[in-house]
Order: sequence, then C-alpha cells, then structure tokens
Amino acid sequence: MIRLSELTEALTETLADRVVELRLVRGNELHCSVRPLDVPALAALLRRGFGAELVFMAAADRRADRGVFEVHYLFAPEREPWFLHATAAVPADAPALGSLATFHYPASRFEREIYDLFGITAEGHPDPRPLVRHGFWPAEYFPLRKDAGAREFSDDGQSFPFTEVGGEGVYEIPVGPVHAGIIEPGHFRFSVVGETIIDVKSRLYFTHKGTEKLFEGREPAAGVELAERISGDTTIGHSLAFCQALEAAAGMTVPERARYLRVVLLEMERLYNHVADVGMIANDTGYAVAHSHCFRIRERLLRLNKQLTGNRLLRGGIVSGGVGGDLPAGLDLPAEVDSALRDFEEIVGLTLENTLVMDRLEGTGRLTTRTARDHGVLGYVARASGIDTDVRRDHPFAAYAELSFRVPVFEAGDVKARTLVRVEEARESAGLIRQAVERLPRGPLAAPLGELPAFAPAFSMVEGWRGAIIHWVMAGADGRLERVKILDPSFLNWRPLSYALLKNIVPDFPLCNKSFNQSYSGNDL
Amino acid sequence: MIGYVLEVAQAALALVLAPGLVGLVRWMKARLQNRRGAPAWQPYRELGKLFRKEVVVSSNASWLFRAAPFVVFASTVAVTFLVPILAVPLPFDGVGDLLVVVYLLLLGTFFLSLAGLDPGSPFGGMGASREMTVAALAEPTVALAIFALALSAGSTNLGQIVARTMTAPGAALSPGHLLAFAALFIVTLAETGRLPIDNPATHLELTMIHEAMILEYSGRYLALIEWAAAVKLLIFFSLLGNLFVPWGVSMALTPGTLVVAVASLLAKFVVLAGAVAVLETRIAKLRLFRVPELLSASFVLALLAVTSSFLLR
Repeated sequence: MIRLSELTEALTETLADRVVELRLVRGNELHCSVRPLDVPALAALLRRGFGAELVFMAAADRRADRGVFEVHYLFAPEREPWFLHATAAVPADAPALGSLATFHYPASRFEREIYDLFGITAEGHPDPRPLVRHGFWPAEYFPLRKDAGAREFSDDGQSFPFTEVGGEGVYEIPVGPVHAGIIEPGHFRFSVVGETIIDVKSRLYFTHKGTEKLFEGREPAAGVELAERISGDTTIGHSLAFCQALEAAAGMTVPERARYLRVVLLEMERLYNHVADVGMIANDTGYAVAHSHCFRIRERLLRLNKQLTGNRLLRGGIVSGGVGGDLPAGLDLPAEVDSALRDFEEIVGLTLENTLVMDRLEGTGRLTTRTARDHGVLGYVARASGIDTDVRRDHPFAAYAELSFRVPVFEAGDVKARTLVRVEEARESAGLIRQAVERLPRGPLAAPLGELPAFAPAFSMVEGWRGAIIHWVMAGADGRLERVKILDPSFLNWRPLSYALLKNIVPDFPLCNKSFNQSYSGNDL
Repeated sequence: MIGYVLEVAQAALALVLAPGLVGLVRWMKARLQNRRGAPAWQPYRELGKLFRKEVVVSSNASWLFRAAPFVVFASTVAVTFLVPILAVPLPFDGVGDLLVVVYLLLLGTFFLSLAGLDPGSPFGGMGASREMTVAALAEPTVALAIFALALSAGSTNLGQIVARTMTAPGAALSPGHLLAFAALFIVTLAETGRLPIDNPATHLELTMIHEAMILEYSGRYLALIEWAAAVKLLIFFSLLGNLFVPWGVSMALTPGTLVVAVASLLAKFVVLAGAVAVLETRIAKLRLFRVPELLSASFVLALLAVTSSFLLR
C-alpha cells in the first residue's frame, strides 16, 4: 500500500502532534486518533493531498469505560482501495467537535444527527436545526446515550421550523406524513407558484425506531435478524454489510462458496427491486400495463427467492460467517433468472417505445452532476447523474473482484436516466448471478465467527440495490455489541430530491420521488 | 303521455346503467393489463357501501360543501332527460337543446370546483384550479362539436339532430361528422377524468384532477358525486353513440323498437367502453402542461367540423 505509507508520512509531518496513534489495520485501513477540534485540518489534508472524502461518521458513548464520547470518521478516496479511520475523543462534560459542515455537505447531516442522538455539538455548524429530533422529545434528551432510558414524551407545542418562501402568488402545499397510497410516512412541504415548484422541504424521521440502540447488548450473531429488518426491501444489503463488519472485526475469512452465494443473494435483491421500480415509475406516468407486468415478474422473482432462502424477501439468506443455505438442488437459477429477465426486457421495450411515457420521463426531475457530487449522492441516483461509483467495483467485497460486470453511468440526471440505470443494472445482475453460479466453488457454507475484540471498531461497505450501505460495529468488553452505526444510502439521497424537483411541476413530484425511491425506514432508523 | 313515461324511464335507465358502465371500463382495462379485475358490478357495491357510511365533513366547510353534491347530481340527472338515449323525439326536447346540456354539465363542474375550494385543503384547491383549466378548454369544444351536427340538421335540438341523421344516413360519414366525433371523443376523455388527461386509478394526490377536488368528501355525499360522474360518462357515451351513429334509437315509440333501442344502446356502450379501455391501456398520462395542447387540438377539430359542415351544407 504505497498510498498509505505516503499518507502516514504526510500525517506525521504536517499534523505531527494533532494526529497520533497511527496504525495499520486489516491491511488497508489506517487508524488514528485525532483531537476533536483538529478534524477539519485532517479532512483538508486528506482532500488536498489524497483525494479522500468523508464517507461516514459514527459517535459512541464511551463514558462508562473511557469517560469520553468517541466520534469516528471514515475517509475514503473515490477509486483506491484504502480507508482512513480517525477517532476523536470528545470530553463528556462539554462535548464539542470541529465542524466539517461548511467543508463537506454530508458531514453536515452526520453532525446534525450526532447532536440529536448524542448531544455532541459541532462547533461552527452553519445549520444546527434538528434532524432526527422529534418535537415530542424532552429537552436535553439524547436517546443514543447509554443512560438515556425511556422518557415521557409530550407535545412541545412548537411547529417545525420550515423555511418559509414568500412573494406574490407563492403558496404552500403540505403533503403527508400520511399518504393516500400504502407507503411509509414522510412530510413534504412544497412552495409553489401556479403548478411550478420553487422549493421543497422534506421532514422525515417519523419512523425513528431506535434501530441502532436495539443492536446494543445483543450477541453479535443475533444482530443479523435485526439488520435484515432495517429496511424491508434491503434485507441482504443490510445483513451482508452487518455480517461483513462482524467478520472484519473478528478477523475471520468467509468460505469461498459462501462468498459466491452472497453475490447471488445480493443480485437477486437488486433484480427484484429494480424490476418493481421500473413498473412503479411507469405506473406513475399512468402506463398501467408495464406496472402490472413488472409486478408479475417481481412476483416470479420473489418465488425464486423463496426457493433460495425459504423467504420471499430473502431473510435468513446471510448469517455471520457465511450464508444460511445452499443453492437448492434441481433449481437452474441462471435459466430461471434469464427467463424472468427476457420477460422484463419485453416490458421495458414496450415502455421505452411509448412516446407519451418517454415524454413524461425525459428532462423530469433533473439532478445535475454538480449537485449530486455536493450532496455525496450514492447508488443509481449518482450513476444517473454522471457519477461513476459502485462499491462492488471500487471496494470489492464477497466475490465481486473475481466476476466481471459493467457499471452503467448516465449523464442526464433525469427520471429517464434513473430508469435506464435500473434497467441496465438488472441485466448486469442476471449476468452476475449466472457467473457466480457457474463458478460456484465447493466447500462449507459458513465458518464460525469467533470472538469480537473489545472496543476495536470494524466496518464494511456493500453496494445494496439503492447504493452504498455502511455498517460500523464495535463490541464491548463482554463480547456483545456495544455500538452499531448504520448508513443507508437514503440518508444522503433524500436531500438532493428537493433540488431535483426545482422548476418541475407539482404533478410530476410522485414520478421524481419514485425514480429516487429512497427508504424512509433506512433513513430514520 | 307515453312520451313522459319514456322520458322518466330513460333517465332511470341511465342512473341504473351508469355505475355498471364505469365497472365495465375498469374490468376491460384490467383484462387488457393481464389482471383478473373486479367484476363490472363492483361500482354498485361501492355506491351501496358509501350510502351506508357516515359522512365526515371538515369543520372549515360551509353550506356550499354540503349543497354541491346535490347540485352536481341534480344537474347531471337533468341532462339525462335532454339527451337522446333511447328514443326521439321526446317531450323535453323542446325544453333544452345542446347549449342547455353543455351548461348544465358545466354547472356541476362549477359547483364541484367551489366545493373543492371550500374546506381550504390544499388538494381541493389544486384540483379545482386544474379542473377549471380543463373545463375552460373542453366545454367550448363540446358545444362546437355538437354545433357542427346542428348546422347540418338545421337545429340545436339534440332530438332533431338524431332524427335528421337517421333520415339522411349519408351525413354520418360527412367530414363534418367525423371531425366532430374525433373532437367529442377527446373531450369525453377530459370531461370524464380519464387518461391521458386525468388518471382515474391513481392514488397520488398530487397528480389528481377530479379526485383531488372530491378528496374531502365521504359517505353519501361521495356516493352522489361518484354516481353523477358515472352518469356523466354515460351521457357522453350516449352523445357519441347516438348523435353520430343514431341507428337503433327508437323513433316510433313502439315496444319492439324500444327493445332494439336498448339492445343497440348496450352494444354501442360496449364498443365505446372497449375503445376507452384500449386507449387507457395503450397510453400514459400527459404532462399537465401538455393537456391544453391536446384540448386545443380537439377544439381545432371541432372548428374544422363546423367549417366543413357549413361549407358542405
């Protein structure tokens, strides 16, 4: 790792006593400790000299054993396979960090989340409004602190501080959190002139369930079933990210056969979700034929899922140290998937040939590359806006390094581009499933996980069907889970939706929203 | 006397058939989309359910909100007395001609829009504003398209237009008639809230037109509005079927011709429902700002129809 030795040198030279305890972990992670107010200097050095950006932040309450809060930063370059993991010890009496918010937008979201859940202030944050915090929470209630406990909730009588847009003819349309369709809750406030949207604010976190806290105190392996339920449509994405993080922490290697089967499961999940999404996008243009057929094909794939794992949503597919089951004997999975894909291609053909549908998709909800980059957008939303990113290729996991696939990238950033990315990815998924099954090595399905070392954090990145998922785990002194932090791509992808909507018309909102299709549950946690 | 009995029977038939017609279109659409679909009589069950359910009215709503369903229903039922559904000539032919029909329908739309604005919910206002945009463009086309027929018949009386086409069958294929039919068909889609103008199957409140206006309604009020909407569909189908292809409409008022009239009416409805179902399956919803373009096109068709009817008279 030439870059890492260069980085070590640069860090010791320029930030000599501010960044300490440098050590190499697992071959490609450089871990270090940084003083909380020196984080901006570290981030600036990483961006300037090494092209690495902040991808993830997690706080942990270590007051019981260390007497401090810890905030962990993960920096990664766009294409190179290394990470910098920095830990800042934040004093418990006046917890404060040096803010990165004016430097990097995703940091602003992470810092607001950390304040609402841990009460750690980000010094110099330009927009310290609540993000996760619900108005019913008592003052000074920080639910992810270890001593938070259950509290009485009551209405504070305050309305949510939405930005008001004034001017002649501007009016507001509040929508949700309860919608006419069967979808998750989220409140959207449109400021509109005529039918043209000039501003949208979304208010989420209605489904904040304390998911991360529910992990605490569990046996590591018992966290998998919870990880599967973080977002109902991303069972494999989240359980795989969680298990890989456990495996990295325990320092174990997953058997060959399991690595290939994990690819199969992850691609099955991507496939059924992309097929369903294309149908839903068509339905929002009123083209119901494509919708009903895509749902038929989705059903077909769900039945395959059931044959594979015994569960239509692939629950039980991933276990810590391997996979839950083998390919069922007598099932020709590649043939079944190819046949479903051909079925899907026919519907895609019909949809793309329909000029009325295409007229609705083209140019609608355009997210520019610049805005997408600024927001650290992930997954198909990024790839539709010209950002060539895919964890499967950039930081390979499971068996992806040994398989060949293309990463489709479109420049337009409109609903059409987001639809086409899904179509292309569905094709690639079918190809990956075929390759993985054909090259499936023999051997055991799982290996024992082993003990997790105390207070030694580990993480894993997985390209779920929505985009990059990061799970970060740390075990306590008793070997049980001390802290788990989850990053669903929705956390970074929800905000840019508001930008994609600007200058669009109100009746096109559902179409734009569906083309993003972000998870409420995965965002709210 | 028989005329008045027939007039009432015709209105009653329209009221009874209308929900089934909506159900038929839905069923055909479902079959075309590879779905099993609810049976055609499902709307009757829905109306029955709504009539039994309690009414919830927003505390911001005024008398207008409660009055509107009755105005909408009454004005629509009144139109069924004026439109040739089974037989011509009928005694009420003299009471109202095509202009009365157009403006009675507009009266319902007008009150529905007011009722959409009344409770102050953002969706109602949005729906009302869109409905008015569509209505302003669609209503003149209805009048103009029928006026093209009126020109060749020499009367704006709908009964006489039917009778005239029956006596001079060649007129049915004249350019004026064909253009007017195309114009009226497009307007039928707009007026009855169907694709590509409005999506009757959507649950997305932000894209709705007709449904957004009536989002606040419940119970028997909603039932009346839904029923009136179904009758409106039947009225437009009758206009399309009987003004342009009048054969089957009873002129002698004898039991035999009336049986033929009912049978031919049902046949025309099935054909039109099939056409709408196929169209709704084949096309997507237009972007809202493209709707005026489509409706302007239908207006131009209607204008051409009038011009050609006038020149070829």
